[in-house]
Amino acid sequence: MSDGRESDERETNDGQRFDRLPATDAERTVDGRATREEVVDLFADRFGIPPETFDDYTFWEKGAGKIWIYGGEAPTPLRIEAIGMTCLRTRQEHWKPTTDFVQRFGHHATECVIELDREQARRFATGEDQELEWWDGDWGYLIAAHEVGVGPEGRPVRDGDAVDGSELVPLGVGLYVHGELRSMVPKGRQRDLES
Amino acid sequence: MEPLERYRPIIDDFDAFLAACERSLGNAVRVNTIKASVERTLAALAEEGVAYEQADWNPRVLRLETDSPGSTWTSFHGFTTGQEEVSAVPPIVLDPEPGERVWDCCAAPGSKATQIAALMDDRGTVVANDNNLGRISALRFNAERLGATSLAVTNDDARNYSLERFDFDRFDRTLVDAPCSCEGTIRKNPDALDNWSEGHISSVAGIQKGIIRRAIQATREGGTVVYSTCTFAPEENEAVVQHALDEEGCRVVDFDLALEHSPGLTAWDGDAFDSSLENAARIYPHQNDTGGFFVAKLEVTAE
Repeated sequence: MSDGRESDERETNDGQRFDRLPATDAERTVDGRATREEVVDLFADRFGIPPETFDDYTFWEKGAGKIWIYGGEAPTPLRIEAIGMTCLRTRQEHWKPTTDFVQRFGHHATECVIELDREQARRFATGEDQELEWWDGDWGYLIAAHEVGVGPEGRPVRDGDAVDGSELVPLGVGLYVHGELRSMVPKGRQRDLES
Repeated sequence: MEPLERYRPIIDDFDAFLAACERSLGNAVRVNTIKASVERTLAALAEEGVAYEQADWNPRVLRLETDSPGSTWTSFHGFTTGQEEVSAVPPIVLDPEPGERVWDCCAAPGSKATQIAALMDDRGTVVANDNNLGRISALRFNAERLGATSLAVTNDDARNYSLERFDFDRFDRTLVDAPCSCEGTIRKNPDALDNWSEGHISSVAGIQKGIIRRAIQATREGGTVVYSTCTFAPEENEAVVQHALDEEGCRVVDFDLALEHSPGLTAWDGDAFDSSLENAARIYPHQNDTGGFFVAKLEVTAE
């Protein structure tokens, strides 16, 4: 990422454009910006998602701390409306994955996945918080998941990177604290479903 | 239905056509294979007790027997998305391959752009553009809900679209699903013909001609441009493609389509069109119990 800048020159985040995340801390030129290494490490350390899952993807920041994951081609910086999907909020104490990211990539997770039965899943999808005292794993952001449809044997041949990698299908992100699972499903994605 | 009378001479079994236009349309969804296989989706619908009928011509198109297709588990997970059956045709005709660069130049609200991404296994670059900022938010919402990571969203007028923002200067394929007079959506939207006039058709045809020319210029030699509308007006269909043949380096090519359809016209209202326009498809509501559509496939040639 050599662009001729002096190494002590610092920039600030421009919230109107996409900037590709620096690979590592040593390549960071914008204070407070996450690095690709930190993002991939977070998904691996917290959720057990293998780092190679993201080999074909780039990570970008647009808006303060809003991180996007993208699989296509684009130069940096880039002023357009969107690339790929938002995946993570940084610049806060605990980095928070998005519901859409978790629905797309959460099937690779092996840790901090809380399995819900159908009624619990229904309440989660409506945005309700619920007491779930039985969870004895970590507190903080979890991937909520449940069983839907058939497992991996139904995988398509030319049908894309489907989530059919596991029996469990991710619902979204929940925040678990003090025996309570808080649904982080955004309002526009909440649904009233049958249990 | 009065405006449709002008098509009596060109549509077989015109009374059946009119009768179909007066019937409302059921709820169709497309299986989003970025997030789930067809098999898993069908199993999930069965678990929920939602009855479905799978389209013969495309196993990923389902007719659901429910009044609220958005309130299903498959919709919450992004396994399914509401999309009219015939609206799933243009991306199939475009036939994009994983890894390619594809432009959907009138993309909002994103049904076809996300379908293109799914057909590419979400690998490659799909640039989804729309000139309407208000509709861009719906496009972005749908792209994220359906998990399309290969999709980039831009907000510009397709007629003078610049590729300077990217690292490449031509697309492999382009879909022009042009803004149109929407006659073919009458079954979904009973108001579709309320503002119908020949003047409106003529003005929208002018915009369509500008967009299709830019689409051809932005696509590499040997690449594919698919032109589609959801209307029956030849001024917005064959005449627009004829304009592209006259002004840009391209030719109309044949394609297979497993839905019943009629050939494109070679004459309308005193104007003659190139005989290759017979390779275009006119899909009428009474043929497959769907909405109406026009689709033409072009190959970009040397100028």
